[in-house]
Amino acid sequence: MRYLPQTPEDIDKMLQVVGVDNLEGLFSGIPEDCRRKEDLNLPEPLTEWELNRRMDAMAGAMAVAPEYRVFMGAGSYSHYIPEAVRQLLNRSEVYTAYTPYQPEISQGTLQAIYEYQTLVTRLLGMEVANASMYDGASSLAEALLMAIRITRRKKVAVSTAIHPLYRRVVQTYFAPTGYEIKEIPFLPDGRTDLSGLKDLEELAAVAVQSPNFFGCIEDLKAVGDRVHADDKALFIAAFTEPLAYGVLKRPGDCGADIACGEGQSFGIPQSFGGPGLGMFTAQKKYVRNMPGRLIGKTVDRDGRPGFVLTLATREQHIRRERATSNICSNQGLCATAAVMYMASLGGTGIRELAKLNHDKAAYLKSAFQNAGLTIAFESPVFNEFTVKLPAGFKDTHARLLKKKIVAGLPLAPYYPELAEHYLFCATETATREDMDALIEEVTK
Amino acid sequence: MKEVSELNFPDDRRYSDDHEWAKQVDGVVRVGISDYAQNQLGDIVFVELPDVGDTFEKGQEFGTVESVKAVSELYMPVGGEITAVNQALEDAPEQVNNDPYSGGWMVDVRLQDPAEYGELKDQKAYLDMLKG
Repeated sequence: MRYLPQTPEDIDKMLQVVGVDNLEGLFSGIPEDCRRKEDLNLPEPLTEWELNRRMDAMAGAMAVAPEYRVFMGAGSYSHYIPEAVRQLLNRSEVYTAYTPYQPEISQGTLQAIYEYQTLVTRLLGMEVANASMYDGASSLAEALLMAIRITRRKKVAVSTAIHPLYRRVVQTYFAPTGYEIKEIPFLPDGRTDLSGLKDLEELAAVAVQSPNFFGCIEDLKAVGDRVHADDKALFIAAFTEPLAYGVLKRPGDCGADIACGEGQSFGIPQSFGGPGLGMFTAQKKYVRNMPGRLIGKTVDRDGRPGFVLTLATREQHIRRERATSNICSNQGLCATAAVMYMASLGGTGIRELAKLNHDKAAYLKSAFQNAGLTIAFESPVFNEFTVKLPAGFKDTHARLLKKKIVAGLPLAPYYPELAEHYLFCATETATREDMDALIEEVTK
Repeated sequence: MKEVSELNFPDDRRYSDDHEWAKQVDGVVRVGISDYAQNQLGDIVFVELPDVGDTFEKGQEFGTVESVKAVSELYMPVGGEITAVNQALEDAPEQVNNDPYSGGWMVDVRLQDPAEYGELKDQKAYLDMLKG
């Protein structure tokens, strides 16, 4: 289904059918004091060349690959997007597709989402995936609310090694609800410390991210076993880097009840920090409490296969305030990019790419160590790790940015106790020369 | 969808305004939804029921019934403690369509106030309500 704006003639025709003279007449049912009197304060329209210039200037303000050497991840990763994905995504039936309001007429859209769901469940080892959420952060917030619906408990526990901005989104979602969020500290090795978790029987869920914000790989199996010591509490496995599951044990194999996170790594440009892709999966017994929509495969009365929107009965356009969530759409284009990306690489390709990421990061990590710098946490990592740098690295960081090198993310603004700690990332796009140059600059 | 005249409403039980039926045997009330309700909902694909031991007031929501086109709430026709739930509906929710008054029962409730049962509509009053 395509999105087509209306011409003034179209609007006149429709008004005629409805039997009103103008738009004012159409909106007359809306109370006067709910309506905006003055026009929206918007700038004048631009010509195409003016617009291009403006957008180029905005794009130029971003420090992104390939112009910059980006050694920062922290939830948004500089991965190469295969040309095939870019070209296919630009096809109009994909690019201009709008959210399927009359879903079954859009078989292509539904099939794309169905394939997306299938590949996401395989990647994460889970039984069901939804058609996607806005981003990793809102997925986590929705997962925690889902656990509260299922268990009817009012408290959740969230690891402090989860992305700090994800935790802020969770706080925003929870603020009006009255539900309690308990933060779980992290150990000196960079992993979540579950030893203080004494009130499991009061918790709806325990959420842990792996690889976590410091880049450390959590022992998901151990977390799962610990959480399931209580028969009701749910284990939520979050992630910012799904590519890690090309090599790591999958959340579903570690007892995760819900696995959710950010899918930007799979064929979606970093842009200005968005749009992202919220991947959301669960075990099948929880499907009716899952937010958003699912696409299912079925047969019509003649036995021909087709795709349908299932569980829409629990969405807000039907169930109003009793809906499982207030999300009423999905990230169609981003989900399509992700399924194209996953299909292009295939299982073997994803595994190889994951290994490559791990190996590049391992090279950079040992280069830091060889240069006499301190790796902050001992735990194994995927493509990110935390380095403790000498006081005053801030200036070096700024100097390198001028040289178009993004030398990691300072953790102090998020973790005051981690002053002079920087989070570095190396993906497949980092070359040995780039990494050697980075070390040389850092140790200058 | 069928006309009201084609539907079946046994006179051995009572009905609520929300289209649940209730049938009392020795202080325990068995609850389900009426032939009218199942017919309105269409093909039922899932029934969500409470746990045994849960207690609800009359009129409180105790579960949901999901058809291919909508999810509807189930409301207690009488207040009391849930003493049994129909586990068979988990695998065979279509029982509610095929056999709403017997195989499609939903919960048993230990009646806390016998007067509440008396307040429910009998077959005739319920039929009058449906015919409007």
